[in-house]
Amino acid sequence: MNKFTEDDLREELKTKEYEYGFYTDIESDTFPVGLNEDIVRAISKKKEEPEWMTEWRLEAFRVWEQMEEPDWANVHYEKPNFQDISYYSAPNKKPKYDSIDDVDPELLDTFKRLGISLDEQKKLAGVAVDVVMDSVSVTTTFKKTLAEKGIIFCSISEAIKEHPELVKKHLGTVVPQKDNFYAALNSAVFSDGSFCYIPKGVKCPMELSTYFRINQAGTGQFERTLVVADEGSYVSYLEGCTAPSRDENQLHAAVVELIALDDAEIKYSTVQNWYPGNAEGKGGVFNFVTKRGLCEDRAKISWTQVETGSAVTWKYPSCILKGDYSIGEFYSIAVTNNYQQADTGTKMIHLGKNTKSTIISKGISAGKSQNSYRGLVQINSRAENARNFSQCDSLLMGNECGAHTFPYIETKNKSAKVEHEATTSKIGEDQIFYCNQRGIDTEKAIALIVNGFSKEVLNKLPMEFAVEAQKLLEISLEGSVG
Amino acid sequence: MELKDKLISSFFAFEDQIDVNNQIHQLRTKAIKDFETIGFPNKKEEDWKYTSLNSVLKEDYSIFPKEENTIDYKDVKKYFIHDIDTYSIVFIDGIYSSHLSNTTHDKIDACLMSSALHHEKYKAVIDNYFNKIAPQDSGLNALNTAFSREGAFIYIPKNTLADRPIQILNFSTGNESALMLQPRNLIVVGENSQVQIIERHQSLTENPVLTNSVTEIYAEKRAQVDYYKIQNDKTSASLIDNTYVEQKQESFCSIHTFSFGGKLVRNNLQFFQRGERIDSTMKGITIIEGKQHVDHNTLVHHAVPNCESHQDYKGIFDDKAVGVFNGKVVVEKEAQKTNAFQSNNNILVSDKATINAKPQLEIFADDVKCSHGCTIGQLDEDAMFYLKSRGIPAKEARALLMYAFANNVLESVKIPELKKRINKLIANKLNVSLGFDL
Repeated sequence: MNKFTEDDLREELKTKEYEYGFYTDIESDTFPVGLNEDIVRAISKKKEEPEWMTEWRLEAFRVWEQMEEPDWANVHYEKPNFQDISYYSAPNKKPKYDSIDDVDPELLDTFKRLGISLDEQKKLAGVAVDVVMDSVSVTTTFKKTLAEKGIIFCSISEAIKEHPELVKKHLGTVVPQKDNFYAALNSAVFSDGSFCYIPKGVKCPMELSTYFRINQAGTGQFERTLVVADEGSYVSYLEGCTAPSRDENQLHAAVVELIALDDAEIKYSTVQNWYPGNAEGKGGVFNFVTKRGLCEDRAKISWTQVETGSAVTWKYPSCILKGDYSIGEFYSIAVTNNYQQADTGTKMIHLGKNTKSTIISKGISAGKSQNSYRGLVQINSRAENARNFSQCDSLLMGNECGAHTFPYIETKNKSAKVEHEATTSKIGEDQIFYCNQRGIDTEKAIALIVNGFSKEVLNKLPMEFAVEAQKLLEISLEGSVG
Repeated sequence: MELKDKLISSFFAFEDQIDVNNQIHQLRTKAIKDFETIGFPNKKEEDWKYTSLNSVLKEDYSIFPKEENTIDYKDVKKYFIHDIDTYSIVFIDGIYSSHLSNTTHDKIDACLMSSALHHEKYKAVIDNYFNKIAPQDSGLNALNTAFSREGAFIYIPKNTLADRPIQILNFSTGNESALMLQPRNLIVVGENSQVQIIERHQSLTENPVLTNSVTEIYAEKRAQVDYYKIQNDKTSASLIDNTYVEQKQESFCSIHTFSFGGKLVRNNLQFFQRGERIDSTMKGITIIEGKQHVDHNTLVHHAVPNCESHQDYKGIFDDKAVGVFNGKVVVEKEAQKTNAFQSNNNILVSDKATINAKPQLEIFADDVKCSHGCTIGQLDEDAMFYLKSRGIPAKEARALLMYAFANNVLESVKIPELKKRINKLIANKLNVSLGFDL
């Protein structure tokens, strides 16, 4: 008989620890806890922002004060006390780095342990990286190469200073300040993030990448990403995140805005691996993120996400298909283990004619976790010939976890074609038997099956990232992915 | 006065009018209190996101039906399935009509809720089953319970085959300017027994009617229940139908809902499985136009292993009609080896029609096969061309295709005469003669 059974796997999953749970001892400049107008002003001042930006933040803060925290998502957690969080924390030796050699070696070491050795990556992968640690952007590589093409890739605070007209024009147009509770909070207190502008007709020669890490205790991370692809341009953007293991819950409330003008294409990939809490469900990051993209005529936005971390995830990368012939795509793998809870999915809002959207969502739940898909497909009355295909598959491991599907489909146009399918199953005994019969042991068989299950999404990731994503799946479902 | 206040203040008068010492007096009193706290559902509630009751609640409904109204059988004959022998229980404006009905106490009981509530003989049944599965957190259920007085009472004892189908008809005459009806039905089918039931609501004039009906169905071990609902009312009539089914092991229950009309129709249909190897089936055809609104809200609660559920809903929407489908399947972690299937297919015929669908799965068990599918689309152009090229006019061709689209659901209707009748209704609805019978 097989030595390694599914129960063993479950046991192993329970005991597997978070690999990125180290804490880097870097002195940092942290604000006192609490949130009020003064703190918002102080953040703005610290970032040496112009007056309009301060006002913009304050406006958001005032709206936020009036808002209530949403509780419709299928997740249960103790609500964070927003007055107990420090809203700004920056590695102390900050200052500007001109080249990678100036970077604090300890910081570099952190990145090495994260598997993103900056210099190495610079040479090999040709990926330009912007690293955001505890809310502040610490390095941006490859700036010069990009500048030659007219591409702007920098931290958002830099962009506010150097390209105010671009930021002013686009910031908050896709995710307005008062969009939702966390977006409002983020608009008020975001401390940094990435900004990217691709000029007309330019195809970005390399993958752009941002790495987020929460290092300090008692802080929240609020970063803001704005990507603008001008007419006919193309960019592929990657995002990754980790945090140290802590007993407390840390809050991560980010906002990502994508704007794809006529004929532009943006590919946005996320590998999210925030600290998920320990096996008893203590600690972990609350990941409450608002991501949204706007497509003009013939533009295309594609979201790919691998969600393996965070204690609680609340995230719906969306596409507003405003222009005719625009395309929205969403590919997602969400893995939950132990006490993790994920409520994630997408929104596809079809406004323009002949718009198309595809949704592929794979949920894998193990341990005592809860995994939900929540999606909205809305076909507006003027969206002639809109087309949507959605598929959500869930895989359950063990009988203490749950998989949920909440698709909302709203159609107001007769020429629309909308399809939705969802399935839930476990790894079939017969599938494993088939593999065993051919000399593949159970562990490998499970790996094979999970891999096959997620392949559709993994294939959509850029090469360098696909490898990393595979690694992350390994960490989350150790023993099951080969 | 708001309808809610009016209902609450009428309650005591209502209680006085009927027997205050009645055994369900306590239940009614509690229910009205519940209703006072919960009230009518509003759009903020997730289950009512796509359906607002505001437009139907604003009428000044009369809550107490007057004395028995009479209508001639010949005027309403067409609403009966009259070509086969059936038992029938008929209500006019909420009051039992003895001359139109054909009840029985021979072997099975197919009679009135009011007599069941008053006869000692049925006390045990009422105690065991009345208001046991209708969820208490629904304001509409509470309201119905508070005003429960009349409806159909069907009791099939152990090992009995109901020899004919039973029809439940609710007519409203419009003698009142606006009328609110609250029928309450209880159906208990004993071990190894079998029954077929057809239910219909029909208003005879254009006066507004709001029906808030609650039906509880109990299928004991190995019982077989087939329940058909025909909803083809005037556009002045609105219906909120709350049906709850509890099944014991190896029982089979199917509910077919044919929604062809009404101003606003909301079907709350919930199945609770309480034994192994149960089969629960829900099917529906919705064909509406104008400004009609039909909402199907279903729930199947799988709590035990080795059960099955099947849902199949088809909808065709024209003009400014609005269709809502909200189907939920819950599989508890004990319910291993569950097979749950759900499918919802829709065709939009006009630019102004709307469909809101929300097929929902909540699964806590790992060894299950659950799937749902939902599509929204148009008629196949190639198929249309094929039919037209063979000399079938466009209108007929369209009707044929739509008919074929809905046929899947029709096939499982077990009473041939009923099938024929629904066929005719569909043909009428599509405004063609299909030229064939089933």
